[in-house]
Amino acid sequence: MADSTQASAPKPSSSVKLVLLGEAAVGKSSLVLRFVNNDFHPNKEPTIGAAFLTQKCHLPARIIKFEIWDTAGQERFASLAPMYYRNAQAALVVYDVTKASSLVKAKHWVAELQRQASPGIVIALVGNKVDLCEEDGAGTSGEGAGEGEAGGEDDDDAVARKVGFKEAKAYADEESLLFFETSAKTGHNVSEVFTAIANAIPEASLKGARGAGAAAGGGGATQAAISGGAGQESSRVNLTAKGDGKAQEGCAC
Amino acid sequence: MSRPQLLSQPTTALTLADVHTQSRKEIGSRLSSPNSRNVSRRQSVTQFGRFLGTSESGGEDSASLKSYAPTLDARLDGESMLGDVAEDTVTPAWRALSAQIERDNPFDVAIAPEDDIISWQLQHEFEDLGFVQRDGSNEEELLELWKAKLKHFFILSASGKPIYSRHGDDKLISHYIGVVQTVISFYQGAKDPLKGFTAGDVRFVMLSRGPLNLVAISRLGESDSQLRTQLESLYMQILSTLTLPSMEKMFSNRPSTDLRRPLQGTEQLLDGLADGFTRGSPSTLLSALECLRLRKTHRSAINDTLLNVRSPNLLYGLIVAAGRLVSVVRPKKHSLHPGDLHLIFNMLFEADSVKAGGGENWIPLCLPGFNNTGFLYMYVSFFSTNTTDDTQGVHERTATAGKDDELAIVLISANKEGFFELRKMRNALVKQLEKNGSMGIIKTAIRKGHATCSDIVPGTVLRHFLYKSRGNVQFTMPSFEPHFHGMVARRKVMTLYAQLHESIHSRTAHLKVQHCVAKDATALAWETPLFELYCVGGPLVTRAALAQGANRIVQWIKREEERVFIIGGAVF
Repeated sequence: MADSTQASAPKPSSSVKLVLLGEAAVGKSSLVLRFVNNDFHPNKEPTIGAAFLTQKCHLPARIIKFEIWDTAGQERFASLAPMYYRNAQAALVVYDVTKASSLVKAKHWVAELQRQASPGIVIALVGNKVDLCEEDGAGTSGEGAGEGEAGGEDDDDAVARKVGFKEAKAYADEESLLFFETSAKTGHNVSEVFTAIANAIPEASLKGARGAGAAAGGGGATQAAISGGAGQESSRVNLTAKGDGKAQEGCAC
Repeated sequence: MSRPQLLSQPTTALTLADVHTQSRKEIGSRLSSPNSRNVSRRQSVTQFGRFLGTSESGGEDSASLKSYAPTLDARLDGESMLGDVAEDTVTPAWRALSAQIERDNPFDVAIAPEDDIISWQLQHEFEDLGFVQRDGSNEEELLELWKAKLKHFFILSASGKPIYSRHGDDKLISHYIGVVQTVISFYQGAKDPLKGFTAGDVRFVMLSRGPLNLVAISRLGESDSQLRTQLESLYMQILSTLTLPSMEKMFSNRPSTDLRRPLQGTEQLLDGLADGFTRGSPSTLLSALECLRLRKTHRSAINDTLLNVRSPNLLYGLIVAAGRLVSVVRPKKHSLHPGDLHLIFNMLFEADSVKAGGGENWIPLCLPGFNNTGFLYMYVSFFSTNTTDDTQGVHERTATAGKDDELAIVLISANKEGFFELRKMRNALVKQLEKNGSMGIIKTAIRKGHATCSDIVPGTVLRHFLYKSRGNVQFTMPSFEPHFHGMVARRKVMTLYAQLHESIHSRTAHLKVQHCVAKDATALAWETPLFELYCVGGPLVTRAALAQGANRIVQWIKREEERVFIIGGAVF
């Protein structure tokens, strides 16, 4: 995984504010927990309010420091969401591939983000829990299994699956979203999502972070150039630079 | 923190009933004094059915109690006020809990499970029932399991919609919810609301709050007022999630509102509270908080640090160690309500949702004791304290850290956008606490845990005690170890405390001192306007020895008052 090793050579680093949105119990916190701690808790209790976590993502030319808002999916927290996505440069909208209604909710979030979030925001649509679709080839045994990404093969692979890969992919393409199917349980595709987001952030909106604690307070110089297709998955992703990312203010501290 | 709250009327005069000895001759005696008082206190009194009458409760003892305990200036009446209690009024719950008792270390014994249904059940009390199969094939089996639970809580709306049940899914319990609703509304219709009833060995207690009806069903022999306190606490949790006005609005717009939707995710918090009550929580029983024992100078250094780094939008700041308060910073005009703190502690330490994620949290919540109409925002950051020789500073806690060594910094603000401000304050606070050595002191105190009873009072016959300071709304206690090991033993001693508590708190009680003798334990409850003290000794401990132990605890508290309690706290 690209994110876990400390780089010895000083690379330019930038902070990226990222928010997770999606229906309750689709696995938002589990994705974050997998990404940040490489850990998984079955039957994790629902998040209350929101959790704030940070994790570095090492790209070949730079380090992206994610400042992650993991929001609660329950309806009563929905009114607080703008506070979290307002200045976000990236959003991860999560649904559960075994629950059709969660994709409907995800589409609502995408629409709200496109309407109200910063124009340059990078949105990734993520279908989680592919481990529950046995035929999927996502592998239930170990992490890193399922590089082969068999999710795209067909839409009626397992009884558990309620949202087909093609259907969600078509929607993501139409709305110019990054798209992945993941399993927080097995780790399948999790780091890829974050790497792809890191790569997709428009350079202009990247700012230098000042030390670990200062949450992207000031506007550092825009950092060095970045090669386009660093993430393994980003090549098959339809990414249009809609709304030309302009420099955004850091987080609201 | 200090919120003087005298729960019962201060008393000056001592009456005949001041020292109350309950004793019981061996089997065969019937209820001999069925006076009104006996009847009204039946719930608690009957629990003592197993307590043996011994000659120790005679005059000789009363004399020695007096001499050993000058502060217990009571006229002793060797005669039992209530007479004997018949065996058949003992609840099976108590009998079964007692069934595992052995003389020597009564709380520490596992006995053949067939004798010990309640203890066995207690160990399975918190297991999930699972779901009813689609074809209903396992319904019978699940119902049996469901009925075996020692304790149930229901919450339903005034129109009878289920909102919460500790055990069992909707399909399983819908009939029962219907019955409960019918019973409640029948009495409400008659303008004579039902408060509680007994069926077999089970006590049912109802509480009606606004558009909600709450029901507690217990086989653990708790009193009505104790069960009602528990229901109040569940109700507070619902308000904490929704606020009172928004809940009322939902019901006035649509009386048939399904409250489970807006409450989604709160079940875990209600479960946490409910299970805490079932296990027996000193904090709930006494409506008080426990503090981490620290030297006065250490605590005031922490208080000063809190005041130093206080950020403008802060309302309350708390440092909490494994459910015990380390320090508090608050505005002069606002104290913290113990019920509110209990909700916060439950969220942080019982329900895993906050700490399991790692990282920091920003949680909107209503503190109904403070103000039940609006939300506050709570910043929470956890630390693990088991990083010994950690010179680098506090590690952000990992998701796997144990429960007993956790330290949380809780900063509460009315400002919804205050996260980064409070985060900055947290960083400054941690840095300063590290610098002035307070962090190390806190961690050491947490790791040391509770002192044992004999550490506090060397050579005492006491095995455990609860001391509540009424003025500070705080309590202190020693560790349950070594005498009360495991959940069943703790539940048993908590049951005993609950009975003592009830015996001096029930509306008809005018007791100031209560002494109980049983085959497996002796106990003493002592109440003054300043404190409540409950202590438990081994079997066959004389009343004099118990009283002496009690007095030594009171003396210890006097010496240690500013260490075991937070007096004042950091006020701005």
